[in-house]
Amino acid sequence: MLSQLRTLWEVLKHTTTKIDTVEYPDEQPYLAPRYRGRIVLTRDPDGEERCVACNLCAAVCPVDCIALQKTEDENGRWRAEFFRINFSRCIFCGLCEEACPTYAIQLTPDFEICEYQRPNLIYEKENLLISGTGKYPNYNFYRNAGKDVGVKEKGAGENEEQPVNIKGLLP
Amino acid sequence: MFDVILTLFGIIFTILTLMVLAAMLIWGERRLLGIWQDRLGPNRVGPFGILQTAADMIKIFFKEDWIPPFAEKAVFFFAPCVVVITMLMAFAVVPFSPSLGIIDLNIGILFFLAMSALAGYSTILAGWSSNNKYALLGGMRSAAQMISYDVFMGLSLMGVVMLSGSFNLREIVEAQRDVWYIIPQFVGFCIFMVAGIAESHRLPFDLPEAEHEIIAGFHTEYSGMKFGLFFVGEYLGVILISALTVVLFLGGWLGPVLPPFIWFCLKTLLVILFIILLRAALPRPRFDQLMAFGWKYMLPLALINLVLTGAIGLALG
Repeated sequence: MLSQLRTLWEVLKHTTTKIDTVEYPDEQPYLAPRYRGRIVLTRDPDGEERCVACNLCAAVCPVDCIALQKTEDENGRWRAEFFRINFSRCIFCGLCEEACPTYAIQLTPDFEICEYQRPNLIYEKENLLISGTGKYPNYNFYRNAGKDVGVKEKGAGENEEQPVNIKGLLP
Repeated sequence: MFDVILTLFGIIFTILTLMVLAAMLIWGERRLLGIWQDRLGPNRVGPFGILQTAADMIKIFFKEDWIPPFAEKAVFFFAPCVVVITMLMAFAVVPFSPSLGIIDLNIGILFFLAMSALAGYSTILAGWSSNNKYALLGGMRSAAQMISYDVFMGLSLMGVVMLSGSFNLREIVEAQRDVWYIIPQFVGFCIFMVAGIAESHRLPFDLPEAEHEIIAGFHTEYSGMKFGLFFVGEYLGVILISALTVVLFLGGWLGPVLPPFIWFCLKTLLVILFIILLRAALPRPRFDQLMAFGWKYMLPLALINLVLTGAIGLALG
C-alpha cells in the first residue's frame, strides 16, 4: 500500500522534470562530425574524382549496396564508369569509408534522405559526387602513388625518390 | 410546458457538454501521461494539440465499420450504445450546482448504482456477441469484476446515506455544509474510489481490456465508430465517477468565494487528474489478485465501515 502511494508520488514528481522529446523538424538534433549518414564521393584538391574504382568498398559492403564498374582514361588513370549506391539497402556501417584507399568515399552527417519511391533511393555517380574534398582537404592519391597518370612525373611525388635504374651498377 | 422545454434544453446541453468534455479528456489524458513519462504527448493539431481528438474523430468516421460475419449482429451493434446511454443517463441525477442539474430524484444514489451496473452489460454483451475467444474472456472478466465490485460500491455509499439520512444527491451535498464526508467516511471514500475505477474499467483495473494479455478484450472485434463509442463511454465513466466522488465525499458545489458551479468543476477536475495519475503510475494486477482483493479485503472493510458508522451514529444519537 505504502509502495503504491510512493509510486504515485514519484510519478507526480515527473510533472516538472525536463521533457526528453526532441521535436525533430522544428528542433535539429546535434550530429557529431563523424556521424555516419549519407555517403558521398569526394574530389581531390585538383577537382578530379578521387575514386579509382578499386572495388574494395563494394567488396566490404555487408549488404552489397554498392555497385561500380572500372574504366581507364587515356592517361591510364582509373575511374568508375558508373558508381551506384542503393540507399534503401545501405546500413550506414561506414566500412566502405574505412576500406577506401583514396579517401574517395566518405559518410556525412546528413540523414535526411527520405523518398516516396524506392527507386529514388538509388544514387548514381552524379548524385554522389560532391565538388569538395570532404574530411581530407589536401590528399591526392595520384600525387602519392607511383603511377604516372598525368598528375605528376614518375618519381616526382612528395615522398618519392626517382625510380631505380635497374640496368645501372650503382645501388 | 415551459418546464418540459427547459428540461429538454438542459438535457441536450448536458449531453453536448459531456461529449465535448469526454473528447477533451482523451486529449488531456494523453498529454498528462506524456508529461508524466517525460514525453510531450499530442501537441500538433491546433494549439497545444487540443484538436487531436477532433482529428481522431474524423479519422475514425472514415474507417470501415466492419461487423465480423461470425458475430451476433444485433447484439454486436447494440453493445457499444449501452455504455454511452447508461453513462449519460446516470448524469441526470448529478447536481452540478444548487440550480443546475437535470432531475432531482429522491433515490439518486440508487439510480446511479443501477445505471453503472447496467453499463457492465455493454462489455459483457460485446464480449459475447463478438464470438471471439479473447472478446469472450474479456466479457467474462468484466462480468466477474462488475459483480464483485458493485457489491461494495453500494455498501461504501451506505455510510454517506446513514450520515445524511437521504438518497437524494442534492440533500447529501447540503448535509456536507459543516464537514465534507471524506473526513468521517474516509474508508468509504477509498473503497468508493477503488470500486469506481474498477467499474469504469480504468487502469489499474482494466482487466476486461488488458491489451497485454487478451489483445483488446471485449472490443477486440470492434472498429470504426463502434470502437469510438466504447472509448467515449470509458471517459464518460471517468467523469461520472469523479463527479459522484465530488458530490458524495468532497462537498459537491460547496466552497468559499467562487460560484458553486466552478467549485464543482474544479473538484471534479482534481479527481479526474488523480484517476489519470493512477493510470500513469500503477501496474495492472493479475485477475485472481483482483478478485481476492475485492472479496477478501474491500468487502469486509466496507462492512466494518458500515457497522462502525452505524454504531457511532447510534452512540451519538
